Amino acid sequence: MHDNIISKPRVGLFVTCLVDLFRPTVGFAAIRLIEQAGCTVDVPVAQTCCGQPAYNSGDRKDARAIAENTIAAFEDYDYVVAPSGSCASMLKKHYPGLFRDDAKWTARAEAFAAKVHELVSFLSDERGMVAVHARLDARATYHDSCSGLRELGIRAQPRALLSSVDGLALSELPDADACCGFGGTFCVKYSEISNAIVEKKVRNVEATGAELLLAGDLGCLMNMAGKLKRDGSKVETRHVAEVLAGMTDTPPIGGSG
Amino acid sequence: MQIGSPAFKQNAHDALGDVQLQKALGNVRRGFIDKRKKATDRLPEFDALRDEAKRIKDHTLSHLDFYLEAYERKVTASGGRVHWAETAEDARNIVLDICQAARARSVTKGKSMITEEIALNDFLAENGIRPVETDLGEYIIQLRGEHPSHIIAPAVHLNKEQVEMDFRRVHDHLPVARDLSEPEALLNEARMVLRKEYVTADVGITGANFLVAETGSSIIVTNEGNGDLTQALPKVHVVVASIEKVVPTLEDASQILRVLARSATGQETSVYTTVSTGPRRKGDPDGPEEYHVILLDNGRSSMLGTEFQDMLRCIRCGACMNHCPVYHAVGGHAYGWVYPGPMGAVLTPSLIGVDKAGHLPNASTFCGRCEEVCPMRIPLPRMMRNWREREFERRLNPAAQRFGLRFWAFFARRPRLYKLGAGLVIPFLAALGGRKRRLGWLPLAGGWTRHREMPAPESRTFMQQWRDRETLKQDAGR
Amino acid sequence: MSGRDAILGRVRRALGADSDDAMRLQAVEKRLARPPKGVIPARGQGSAAEKLHLFCTEAEAVHATLVKVRGPEGVPAAVAAYLRAKNLPAELRMGSDRRLKAMPWQRQRSLTVRYGASDGDDLTGVSHAFAGIAETGSVVLHSGADNPTTVNFLPEHHIVVIEAKDIVGDLETALGRVRRKFGRGEMPRTVNMITGPSRSADIEQRLLLGAHGPRSLHLIVVEG
Repeated sequence: MHDNIISKPRVGLFVTCLVDLFRPTVGFAAIRLIEQAGCTVDVPVAQTCCGQPAYNSGDRKDARAIAENTIAAFEDYDYVVAPSGSCASMLKKHYPGLFRDDAKWTARAEAFAAKVHELVSFLSDERGMVAVHARLDARATYHDSCSGLRELGIRAQPRALLSSVDGLALSELPDADACCGFGGTFCVKYSEISNAIVEKKVRNVEATGAELLLAGDLGCLMNMAGKLKRDGSKVETRHVAEVLAGMTDTPPIGGSG
Repeated sequence: MQIGSPAFKQNAHDALGDVQLQKALGNVRRGFIDKRKKATDRLPEFDALRDEAKRIKDHTLSHLDFYLEAYERKVTASGGRVHWAETAEDARNIVLDICQAARARSVTKGKSMITEEIALNDFLAENGIRPVETDLGEYIIQLRGEHPSHIIAPAVHLNKEQVEMDFRRVHDHLPVARDLSEPEALLNEARMVLRKEYVTADVGITGANFLVAETGSSIIVTNEGNGDLTQALPKVHVVVASIEKVVPTLEDASQILRVLARSATGQETSVYTTVSTGPRRKGDPDGPEEYHVILLDNGRSSMLGTEFQDMLRCIRCGACMNHCPVYHAVGGHAYGWVYPGPMGAVLTPSLIGVDKAGHLPNASTFCGRCEEVCPMRIPLPRMMRNWREREFERRLNPAAQRFGLRFWAFFARRPRLYKLGAGLVIPFLAALGGRKRRLGWLPLAGGWTRHREMPAPESRTFMQQWRDRETLKQDAGR
Repeated sequence: MSGRDAILGRVRRALGADSDDAMRLQAVEKRLARPPKGVIPARGQGSAAEKLHLFCTEAEAVHATLVKVRGPEGVPAAVAAYLRAKNLPAELRMGSDRRLKAMPWQRQRSLTVRYGASDGDDLTGVSHAFAGIAETGSVVLHSGADNPTTVNFLPEHHIVVIEAKDIVGDLETALGRVRRKFGRGEMPRTVNMITGPSRSADIEQRLLLGAHGPRSLHLIVVEG
């Protein structure tokens, strides 16, 4: 019994700032799923945000300071898992480059990056999960968030796990791999263009006839949910982890109806 | 051409409200993406060719000085002449000198982005030489006094009705009764008009897709055949090309040609791939008597050895803009200078300065689709971010933006303070969301709420709830 | 300082080039003398029969028309048949290519053949290809005293004669043959690789055949 506990991998959950602030359910859903995958989960308190707002605004200094905090906070874990392709990609693909001129930190960042995974791909690829124990009677469609799709190769994994949810029918979204127009600070800096892009996205969502829209990144989800609701759409929006963990009692993102 | 890039936001606003333009932009989304995919899926070696194409260009760029010298030697040996132009102005003057020496009154032009970059047409016209664009798309926009909105489909922003109106306005020989409602009729009309121009022009000017160091050749690819008529019929052929167009050998050009057409139009290859080397040979029944190449730097050498060197691999296929959500939304003119889309967002700041083109690398969602489809594997998002870094270092971005960023970063760097602040604000916002669980308006969030609802926070922050849960667990365990 | 020296100087400085110049120069000379072959699509690397088949399929896929004849003496009849089918006048423009000249044109009684460059008034031009490329269905033509380039572009209809034995698998092999014929680093004034008739999609991205070059491309493949 005691040995069993010791042999379980220890996962540090990188909550992501948007989940922390707007959608704690996603964080708790992630914990449940990671535990179901045979790991113990801890949430280091010294985390804030992955630093993308600074990094993508050209502010490398702040991005690096935030990265140092994050790396230090997670160094003791076997894995670092984030319920977001975008944040996971920042940690995994972009952190090491922030320390180009510093060999010591580069090594630390690379060791850290090697342990980082996006939630759904962690469950599938790293832990071999092929099915979940969840039920949801709904017709759903899935949007591939850009960073997860293109930087981390997340495409088949969420579809495979969603197909194991009892009662869930998944229909493919036309142009599923086209950006939703969120783009972090882009959506406020160039809000008109962002709006034109998300308009196309929600039209495609409506065209599927689905009543539920799923994705793996809260930024994209809030953008699409916000647009759907402004247009008076009945389509509800959730993070894929909520459905996989069977935690759909919380009202959907941006409310229902 | 006038630089409209600083007004990108206003340009984008106008473009989004332009019904005709929005209709035409639908053709980009529909036309290019599926065709490219079909063509690349059909060639199992496509990705290996992309790797090879990248290697070829990287090798060439790191030996660029020697390849340029080798190229020049071969051009000279085949009876052609190489002119070196440091700036756009130098290039314009060299073209003018050649035209004046040939006593040219009109010049025909093959489609070339580089002559757009050096604003050649206006300059020739000011000096009494009539430039005639012969690519159908370029011809149409020349009639309209516009610039290309796409690097391979210059008139992609137009609908056929607009083209008909322009033809009726300019071609005064057209009977009113002549039916021009279909693209076919418009094409025939342009073909007839341009036939006369080809044979009367004294000088033909083309760009080059490749310059081959091994043979001193220039290579152009076209579908219409206008480039070939432009260079075969006048007595002088002038090639204008930037220095990074050089590749070592015919094999190297062949490798890159395989990824070019497939990425651009989804064709297996373009209709006409033409390798030109020097002027007409002794005994040749046709071809130009003079062959000139203008090698243009205009900022390229200053990209070498920097984080922007990768951009010099670009072969101008247009795949990045064909797959760009921002380009799809606003079209090419909004970018305000010669090169639109992702490749323009990286290249334009290099050529006209990031102080003027600062919006372009910022107006990207970093969705990464451009890099995914780039045949030359150019890390476009990374370089857009590099431009943002330069802007940030030079304090070129708006003060409010910088302040907001620093304010946020102050907290993001201090987890305790961050949690304290979030713990106060978030439950308040959650309460504001009420039963609808969303907000229609929020101070300082106008950019968001003008177009969409703001989903309200669920309740308290995750960290607050987690702390409670852990405390409970500890209490239970005690 | 000339533009040339200024540009080359800037390039060298940007590359940080000086100490390893000899090595860099050697790398350049090596590549120019012995070009690496690169990635060649397997598609075109079959037997001669497979190459011919692929060539025909690819050419027809891009709207070229194609007919096969036995021996060069069958070409004039095939040309005459094409003109009749298209309702074109029995007039041709061609270069004084000896392979074309050797064909029995006189057997087609009403056919008028003009030799030399095209002046733009010819409806139909005939050229002899130097090679064909199976992977893309392209024909390769090069200029020379007997092969005017204008015949390839000015007539409304372009007929190209290609011998089946000259069809190679890929672009590199075709250009390699040009190199063998003219010598390393030497080229005729122009080499045209032509793949289907001229076209444009510049108006609303709708594909139209017959932009500025020929409206139709007819290939006559000579077998045996």
